[in-house]
Amino acid sequence: MATVVVEHVSKAYQRGTVPALRDMSFDVRSGELFGLIGPDGAGKTTLLRILTTLLLADQGSARVADLDVVKDYHAIRRLVGYMPGRFSLYQDLSVAENLAFFATVFGTTVAANYHLVSDIYVQLEPFKQRLAGNLSGGMKQKLALCCALIHEPKVLFLDEPTTGVDPVSRKEFWDMLGRLRDRGITIVVSTPYMDEAARCDRVALVQHGQIIALDSLPAMLASHATETFAVRGATGGPFHMLRDLRAYPFTKYCFAFGQEHHLVLLPNAPGGAAVEAYMRERGHATVSVQRIAPNIEDVFIELSQPPSAKEPAHG
Amino acid sequence: MAEWAIEAVNLTRRFGAFTAVNAINLQVAQGEIFGFLGANGAGKTTAMRIFCGLLEPTSGQATVAGFDAMTQSEKIKQQIGYMSQKFSLYGKLTVRQNIRFFAGIYGLSRAQVKSKTAEIVERLGLADAADKLVDDLPLGWKQRISFAVATVHQPKVVFLDEPTGGVDPMVRRQFWDMIFEAAAQGMTVFVTTHYMDEAEYCDRVSIMVDGSIAAIGTPAELYAQHNASSVEEVFVALARKATRHGD
Amino acid sequence: MATDRKLRGAAIFWAFIVKEFKHVVRDRKSLAILLGLPVVMMTLFGFALSNEVKDTRFVVVDLTPDAATLALTDRLDQSKYFSFAGQVRNEAEIEQVFRRGEARLAVLFGAQFDRGNAGQRQLRLVADASDANTANIVTNYATAIIAQFQSELPGALPTSAGIVVETRMLYNPQLKSSYMFVPGVMTLILMLLGAMMTSVSIVREKERGTMEVLLVSPMNPLMVIISKAVPYMVLCFVDVLIILALSYGVLDMPGGANIPLLLAECLLFIVTTLALGLVISNKVETQQTAMFISLVGLLMPALVFSGFMFPIENMPLPLKVISNVVPTKWFYMIASNVMIKGLGFAAVIKPTVILAGMTLVLLLISLKSFKQRL
Repeated sequence: MATVVVEHVSKAYQRGTVPALRDMSFDVRSGELFGLIGPDGAGKTTLLRILTTLLLADQGSARVADLDVVKDYHAIRRLVGYMPGRFSLYQDLSVAENLAFFATVFGTTVAANYHLVSDIYVQLEPFKQRLAGNLSGGMKQKLALCCALIHEPKVLFLDEPTTGVDPVSRKEFWDMLGRLRDRGITIVVSTPYMDEAARCDRVALVQHGQIIALDSLPAMLASHATETFAVRGATGGPFHMLRDLRAYPFTKYCFAFGQEHHLVLLPNAPGGAAVEAYMRERGHATVSVQRIAPNIEDVFIELSQPPSAKEPAHG
Repeated sequence: MAEWAIEAVNLTRRFGAFTAVNAINLQVAQGEIFGFLGANGAGKTTAMRIFCGLLEPTSGQATVAGFDAMTQSEKIKQQIGYMSQKFSLYGKLTVRQNIRFFAGIYGLSRAQVKSKTAEIVERLGLADAADKLVDDLPLGWKQRISFAVATVHQPKVVFLDEPTGGVDPMVRRQFWDMIFEAAAQGMTVFVTTHYMDEAEYCDRVSIMVDGSIAAIGTPAELYAQHNASSVEEVFVALARKATRHGD
Repeated sequence: MATDRKLRGAAIFWAFIVKEFKHVVRDRKSLAILLGLPVVMMTLFGFALSNEVKDTRFVVVDLTPDAATLALTDRLDQSKYFSFAGQVRNEAEIEQVFRRGEARLAVLFGAQFDRGNAGQRQLRLVADASDANTANIVTNYATAIIAQFQSELPGALPTSAGIVVETRMLYNPQLKSSYMFVPGVMTLILMLLGAMMTSVSIVREKERGTMEVLLVSPMNPLMVIISKAVPYMVLCFVDVLIILALSYGVLDMPGGANIPLLLAECLLFIVTTLALGLVISNKVETQQTAMFISLVGLLMPALVFSGFMFPIENMPLPLKVISNVVPTKWFYMIASNVMIKGLGFAAVIKPTVILAGMTLVLLLISLKSFKQRL
């Protein structure tokens, strides 16, 4: 059963001149932790605002919990929780005051629904008298999540909750989202961090207002199994390594990936051993080339190659 | 004494009773890519502001490009470039106008401004976009233009504050290509990031926890010291020990 | 169920008021503006910028002194506004005296002042107009005193041309002007605070993203807006009380005004300004724009067109017409009628009805333009 249904939704800004969403369609299943993954400007925020009834689509329709986002906006507002991208709390109110205020606005009290937020709020409790503006990024996001949860929403929409948050806080935040999903809340979360795809049940990769891939992470990786090599080497530094790898005649593209470089070759390339030999020739004595399973970023890069680069070279 | 591009000796900055930066020591060599990591609120921004000559240290010493951060901050500003996540470009000016404006600010001569502008437009492949408003360009382009503008005066040191936030994997890597190139030409790059894979691209990294440097070294040295296989593992292990939660 | 919802509504309402007060109290700047502005403006207008002129030195050119000229000189000297600085012989000497700053006003009596018939008695006032405002006031005061003196003489004493006797002195017989400013200051303060504080506080929520959360709440969006307006209504009313306390306590405003009527009219005007603030907040996205529009778009017309600073009667016709759509004009009319003239409701029905109509229109516009979405 689908909790969120998006059908052919398009939206453009500035009198239709700047397209944000182009004919987007997808479903979010009930009880799913669904990730909208893509860079800034891909259209994630616009989509979430349409789903939370804050914006009207130019074309297409969307339903949340079987309610139309245009006609039934009032009913939807009763049953969703929403955490906008910007830090959306009152900076000059304390942690406790923020939570109490949002509880009241949503027609409940902190005491009545404390169980919903207790395992998150327990981390904030030592700072509950502190003004929200003086919290660290990770703590602010936890407080915002508490505020979005306090009225026991059926569906939770989170717009880039982990942007600008350090890796440790991000991990903790995703642990919380996992626990909320286990409790039966459907969660739609957007993020620019590709590695967070692993924490979602299913992800949609979004770019230029379109979904370029949608699946569970393992299925997505399996269906986009472009042959990818990891090149490691201790000499030369990334600049020379990349320069030489890109100069290799069979290279389709090559980018730095953490401790190694990921190399995708043209279809007619001779293979990994030939790359190794080529690099040794160029003075990279300690180079090693290994075939690897591509990760989500590899998939995104492959999918966002301009069409011309995707054409196999002739010969 | 070797001439460090950036050096901090017992550098401390307090805000009232709060010690944002607590006696940190580090040296960055000319031409090095130095990753300055830390959790939110660990004191990165404060330290970075001191290095850029925007904030005075409470005690200790900081030198950048051979100048003292406390007494010669005006000289430092001529030797450094700075780019933050919030771009310093003017959205309502064209790419070309932005480059010209900032080149002018950094005191380049008229002829230099002209040749630099042409060079950047050429290097970034912006020929078609050079006369478009910056506001109308994709985020990834803006970031690369920002970087080009921040280094238009060929500074000895460039400070990058989370330069790649929110861009796609491809653009992020194209950005790092620019960093690699700048470093290969001898520029010192001092960069903060939340992407741990980017930390691996750095020659050396430091990890700040609660105002102090908890670890410093090449990525390989850090794995060895902390029995880890990535900078991310080291970071998580150290940051979990943090007790501070303020920004 | 219905009462349950009502209770919940009341709780939300109360939560909003408490929250808004916390914002104001914790932000020293807005607190200073909100409570300090009335005090500062009242002090400025009431004392520092007072039109009141005390012991202005004047000289007399009286070539043929007689009983009447001496009596009038004496009368001027006796008043607390003027003090006699001596005789000079001619106009050239007047100039010297003015240059040296020894006097600001000269009274020139025509020859044979006393014996002249009505229409022949001549008197000229020459004022040092290097400070045009003060010169104007000084001549006004002198004119008033001379007019009073004249009325006690047999026959009329015409004053020379160019001296305008302002009508407001009719209601301000002692020529004491410090409290004359109160209705004007009150109009300005309410316009500024009511419109600016409301619009800025709503736009701040837009800017910080909290409005998004409030919109995606079960709360009726209209309720959000009303809940935000009410705390500022209360605060503006507090300002009215501060102003009145200062007027009666410090500026010696004479009693006699119908206070309940005045408070009711103030409340009406506060609603007008809040409605203006709501209209502004619906149209703009940043606090700076809101503040700018409030200052330039509201305060300037309030200053120019209320009749407080510049008499509307003296304006060219197009400006006179424009002044009619400025709400401050009507409130200033009401406030000065009630406070200074001590008139009752009957005297202010017309401006009250006009103001109420404007308020209604503004409220309708603000409700109509309120966006339930972003």
